[in-house]
Amino acid sequence: MVQEKIIEMLAEKLECETSEIAPDTTFAELGIDSLDVAELVMNLEDEFGVSLEMDASLNTVAAVTAKIEELKAEV
Amino acid sequence: MNFRILGTGMCVPQKIITNDDMATIVDTNDEWIRQRVGIAQRHVCTTESAADLAVGAAQSALENAGVRAEELDMILSATVSGDNISPSIACMVQSRIGATCPAYEINAACAAFIFLLETAAGYFARGKAKKILIIGAERLSGITDYSDRGTCVIFGDGAGAAVLGEGDGYRDCVLHVTGGDDVLHIPRSVGASPFYQNEGFPPYIRMKGQETFRYAVSSITSDVNELLTRNNLTKDDIAFVVPHQANIRIIEFASRKLGIPMDKFVVNIDRYGNTSSASIPIALDELARSGRLKQGDNIILTAFGAGLASAACLIKW
Repeated sequence: MVQEKIIEMLAEKLECETSEIAPDTTFAELGIDSLDVAELVMNLEDEFGVSLEMDASLNTVAAVTAKIEELKAEV
Repeated sequence: MNFRILGTGMCVPQKIITNDDMATIVDTNDEWIRQRVGIAQRHVCTTESAADLAVGAAQSALENAGVRAEELDMILSATVSGDNISPSIACMVQSRIGATCPAYEINAACAAFIFLLETAAGYFARGKAKKILIIGAERLSGITDYSDRGTCVIFGDGAGAAVLGEGDGYRDCVLHVTGGDDVLHIPRSVGASPFYQNEGFPPYIRMKGQETFRYAVSSITSDVNELLTRNNLTKDDIAFVVPHQANIRIIEFASRKLGIPMDKFVVNIDRYGNTSSASIPIALDELARSGRLKQGDNIILTAFGAGLASAACLIKW
């Protein structure tokens, strides 16, 4: 569910189909820059009620998904 | 007694540096800067000092307000890039415009203009002043690292000023600080003391982009909402929001989060870049002189910056 939501948000941002975004593709490869990632993270914080530290390792859909699921499990 | 804004003014140096000019200095290009930051050009000093810009903005604001320098009871300035550590820009302006009142400076980085308004409010509240001149003036090119393409394209030089007089326009203000130098930092030279043993940083603006972006958007959103709630206003009651001009994407994201359309946000970052404490009074001056502001309009000024400090205020024009 988290992963689907992230892909949905990115597809809207990039104006593309969700099927075009693979979980392991890096944000850089998708043309998403550091401020886009910050914006995505803030929207995800609102969506899932978690608080994320900005971290260079949050560079793919899969990495952000894993981090949010880890934080949700702690709540 | 409270105050209202009697007049505004601004001054920028003559020299304009386009994005193509920046591309001759660092590895960047016009399209990247416009898309990522929203800037097309910035003004930079060649022979002007920060005090020169402050004097220009002050004289323009005094003329706009119909106030003579001798009538001023106080001059307050803010800067992070003044010509001197001392005397302050306020002191230099005082003598150059022919005022005789006290003058001093505060530092609240990019949020400083709203801190100046709130400082001035104290003098009006105590009946200690009838006319106050406030100025944000910066020569940020002097503290910009022109080898760092991530920051050097952002900043510009300029000054903005406002003359305040007795009235009831200044309605409310929120100030917030989360102290620390990790996200935004402008180090000073450690000096040449033979005794000091710590290593310093180069004396240029250092910024973590993602954290700054998050702080900026969060503080604009929460400060504006705090003002609206506290004053029983809705976003529809606001005619204009004048935000600190740091990055067009901060303003656009804040606009979406607040649900206030972009056409209510005053934007001029494309022409001046980020001028720190000068950005709000420059934008306010352009708005006031554009004829778009009507008497009785509610406007919100909102700013954020190193400190970390954020501020917002509600003004009835």
